[in-house]
Amino acid sequence: MNATSSEVLYRAEGVSKRFPGALVLDGVDFILRRGEVHALLGENGAGKSTLIKCLTGAYRRDGGTLLLDGESIDPRGTQEAQGLGIGTVYQEINLLPNLSVADNLFLGRQPRRFGLVSTAAMRRAARGILAGYGLDIDVAADLGSFSVAIQQLIAIARAVNLSGKVLILDEPTASLDAQEVGTLFAVVRDLRARGLGIVFITHFLDQVFEIADRITVLRNGRLVGSKPTAEMSRVELVTMMLGRALEQETHSRAPQPEISGAAVAEFKGFGKAGKIAPFDLTVRAGEVIGVAGLLGSGRTETAEVLFGVERADSGEARVGAKAVSLTSPRAAVAQGFGFCPEDRKTSGIIADLSLRENIALALQARRGWSRPLSRREQNALADRYIQALDIRTSDREKPVGLLSGGNQQKAILARWLALNPSFLILDEPTRGIDVGAHAEIIRLIEGLCAAGMSLLVISSELEELVVYSTRILVLRDRAHVAELTGSDLTPDQIVHAIAADGSGQAGA
Amino acid sequence: MKARFLPLAATLLIFLIAYAACYLQYPNMLSTRVVGNLLTDNAFLGIAAVGMTFVIISGGIDLSIGSVIAFTGVFLAVVLDSTAIHPLAAFVLVLAITTTFGGVMGAIIHYLEMPAFIVTLAGMFLARGMAYVLSVESVPIHHDFYGLLQGLYYRMPGGGRLTLIGGLMVAVFLAGILLAHRTRFGSYVFALGGGVPTARLMGVPVARTTIAIYALSGFLAGLAGIVFSLYTSAGYSLAAVGVELDAIAAVVIGGTLLTGGAGFVAGTLIGILIMGLIQTYIIFDGTLSSWWTKIVIGLLLFSFILLQKALVWASESDRAVLRRRLLRSKALR
Repeated sequence: MNATSSEVLYRAEGVSKRFPGALVLDGVDFILRRGEVHALLGENGAGKSTLIKCLTGAYRRDGGTLLLDGESIDPRGTQEAQGLGIGTVYQEINLLPNLSVADNLFLGRQPRRFGLVSTAAMRRAARGILAGYGLDIDVAADLGSFSVAIQQLIAIARAVNLSGKVLILDEPTASLDAQEVGTLFAVVRDLRARGLGIVFITHFLDQVFEIADRITVLRNGRLVGSKPTAEMSRVELVTMMLGRALEQETHSRAPQPEISGAAVAEFKGFGKAGKIAPFDLTVRAGEVIGVAGLLGSGRTETAEVLFGVERADSGEARVGAKAVSLTSPRAAVAQGFGFCPEDRKTSGIIADLSLRENIALALQARRGWSRPLSRREQNALADRYIQALDIRTSDREKPVGLLSGGNQQKAILARWLALNPSFLILDEPTRGIDVGAHAEIIRLIEGLCAAGMSLLVISSELEELVVYSTRILVLRDRAHVAELTGSDLTPDQIVHAIAADGSGQAGA
Repeated sequence: MKARFLPLAATLLIFLIAYAACYLQYPNMLSTRVVGNLLTDNAFLGIAAVGMTFVIISGGIDLSIGSVIAFTGVFLAVVLDSTAIHPLAAFVLVLAITTTFGGVMGAIIHYLEMPAFIVTLAGMFLARGMAYVLSVESVPIHHDFYGLLQGLYYRMPGGGRLTLIGGLMVAVFLAGILLAHRTRFGSYVFALGGGVPTARLMGVPVARTTIAIYALSGFLAGLAGIVFSLYTSAGYSLAAVGVELDAIAAVVIGGTLLTGGAGFVAGTLIGILIMGLIQTYIIFDGTLSSWWTKIVIGLLLFSFILLQKALVWASESDRAVLRRRLLRSKALR
């Protein structure tokens, strides 16, 4: 670990940002030192990206001061921030794939001779810059002809060349493989040695402990803490991120008996490169399998591979006794699978259609358009589930977009229940709905599993998970790392399993 | 060879093969007279197509150029007929009008965030309408200065004439090549074609560049109109209908991606020459209907669209293979 110099490079004090109806940043302090890699962590909605946007001028902050090299600054846009010395590299690379590498590095400031761009001089300079990053590539080639990893390095080279004091890396490793990450980190270490202050945002805890000198954690728009990495344990970090007080008495509850019924579905070595490492999973009738992990740990990817949204490239799936291929959601539906995705606004409900139409959608899709459900059948279906799930609505013809979040969630659930699935996957079923509705959804889950349906429930609400799960799969860095059963089903154990070092025995 | 240059190479190859085929049948096709006429006959289309190339590379389209050419011709004819203004002054005046016209369209496209297709479609009707307002008749131009300009030519070896307007087209292409590929403005045009939000993030002056692109297209359409009036010695409001589509065809055949972001000004010249060559062949043959020009151009367009699509697919699968190998071999220190 490098010794961190104590010279403060960029200091943000009491930064606040308010969006209509919500305070997304509440007086956050952030201190970046020269020659430091500073990891900024937090779950979804913690305020990381809002803070970054305030630091780079992409958002106008509502309160707080920014001091760069001790001088107060007030960037009105990313361009101005860049001019002051603050460069940002985003996850989706913001370069132009149709221009040459050299043009991308020098766009708008190409060296000129007699009014014309001096291509030779520009390419020479580009090669010189990239040599500093260990890149020896054809700078005249289109940027798009290079891998994402190399484009990422070029983006960093451009940002550093333009600004040169502060470098903000927003999830730079999200689409890189292990080797590419190694290359990127070599560059980051080099830049640190050159005295840059580097803000590093990622979901991968291993990477945080590998590269970061200091960690700052945000939660719900507030600063939870900021500490040197050396003084931070994994358990402490996960606890800070998830906001659990481990010492607290955890939810007391009789351990659920392990279910040893017939396997509804079996997956062996199932996985997809770059999304989720191969895993084994046996789903038994009437059990609820909880899935826990931090954001980006592969939770949603697991669900998508199981449901055929992402086509698995390894392993096999068996439903009942026969092998099946889950190449598309349609194929998965045919096997009796159902999936309520995490983001119901974009991939779940169709807001402008009525409640009745939303509920009937999946059943109609399975029947095919040539055999339409009659209006009477649709009405009966809708009424049945409005009653069974207690969907609060004035009538079944109300557009779903006008219902509350909890009721929208129930409408999606109703859509899949109408298919009478044998295996239902729920991704964050309680996200964004109020506390009362939480309890109802949980009761529903318990009721469904009592009726013999198998469920796989993904949730970041650990207390909820332990209430309804028969067993819990713990994910980290896109791999299944532990399975908790019986008396291990406590939030405490889950946090330990998430935080466990790759080599350690998880969840023991 | 880089995939980027493949469409250009394909165009050049098709042109050479076509020319060779024509030459075998009619050896006269290679004479400087034919080449000179090829340049003269297509001068106005070529000049307008240079502007269209910039517009298309930036991801836009300009449907107004045919109407602007007609307007320019009518304007010049009416002004020279009814006033004592010298043609050179009239040229400057009309170029100022068409450049402003294009710039205003660019400003509307940028500031009102309207699709270029709609804005320039409106511009097309507007310019054509303005031409009608000036005159519905074909107005002949009789001016000594016109006669002087039309008489200017360079006699090439073999007796062919490189006329003023043919030479002007070549000059415009040369200037266009430098502007597109060797200036910051040119790189901004390509950047816009690669994606406006990204270009903005990278510091491209999007508003200024967009306005400049359409102003340039308007300027060149005006220049094409001047050339057209020199070529026909008249101004007629029904002239040059559909020229914008010919220009688009030449640009695409020349290897410029219709979706923007990649292309060559030089390719457009070859596209123009291919189209001119087909027409010349039909004239030499004497029995073919001139509609064959349209049919062949249609087929060429189709094959170029297919070629471009195939190239996109090929480069995508290449990239997946290249991805890891490149990184491992080169990026590690």
